[in-house]
Amino acid sequence: MLLGPSLGVSAVLFALGVAGVLLRRNAIVIFMCVELMLNAANLAFVALAQSLGVAGQIFVFFVMAVAAAEAAVGLAIILAIYRHKQTVDLQNINLLKG
Amino acid sequence: MTLTQIVFWTFSALAVLGAAMCITRRSPVASALWLVQTLFALAALFVVLDAQFVAVLQVLVYAGAIMVLFLFVIMLLNLGRPGPSDLKGPVGLAVATLLGGLLFFQLLRGATPSAAGTPAGDTMAQLQQEQGIVGAVARPLFSQYLIPFEITSVLLLAAIVGAVVLAKRKL
Repeated sequence: MLLGPSLGVSAVLFALGVAGVLLRRNAIVIFMCVELMLNAANLAFVALAQSLGVAGQIFVFFVMAVAAAEAAVGLAIILAIYRHKQTVDLQNINLLKG
Repeated sequence: MTLTQIVFWTFSALAVLGAAMCITRRSPVASALWLVQTLFALAALFVVLDAQFVAVLQVLVYAGAIMVLFLFVIMLLNLGRPGPSDLKGPVGLAVATLLGGLLFFQLLRGATPSAAGTPAGDTMAQLQQEQGIVGAVARPLFSQYLIPFEITSVLLLAAIVGAVVLAKRKL
């Protein structure tokens, strides 16, 4: 049984994704880190589905569908921001800063 | 150490290496390609964990479609050349390391196998023996989870409309 190691790897990948979001300024790279976190969650789902029933694997399908929708809309937003500001660096996108 | 464990640890190491490189490379294209490596390694891990159909979808949908979309946008915005580093300074690095490490230890504490209840043996493998690899997933998906499945199609339609509206210059 590889349940414990799988959950450990999942935790490592999720923490790396969070660190990436906090570390980077490029909007596209931050987006890729979010995908990394979704994949870490998928790994945990699949590992638990091995012994606790098939529902975990079905959830992975839904996560993938949501990730695909999120990628399409998010990248469209990044394109629109680039057209407006000529940059995807989040340092220059600070309209909400007081 | 059995063969399964060797394969598992090899691809785990590849996945973690790809993730670490992905968050530290300066060029977005390099980041994207390292992320592709992580996604492929995760697909291999899914095979080890009795989820062959999910592994195929992982390669098709994630490594295929979504990452091509990312590379396409990077190309469209002409971000391929390595510019000035977009990594945050020492303060950002310290905050990222601290919060990432904290979260990691929290997850490790919470995600022990005992917290997930007592595993009842290889139920997934048994189910796949009885109903086939795809059948084991498809049967509940189209009976018990039919309504969430249909709602997913509405979500994808909304995403299509949203992407077109956002990306179009003038409607």
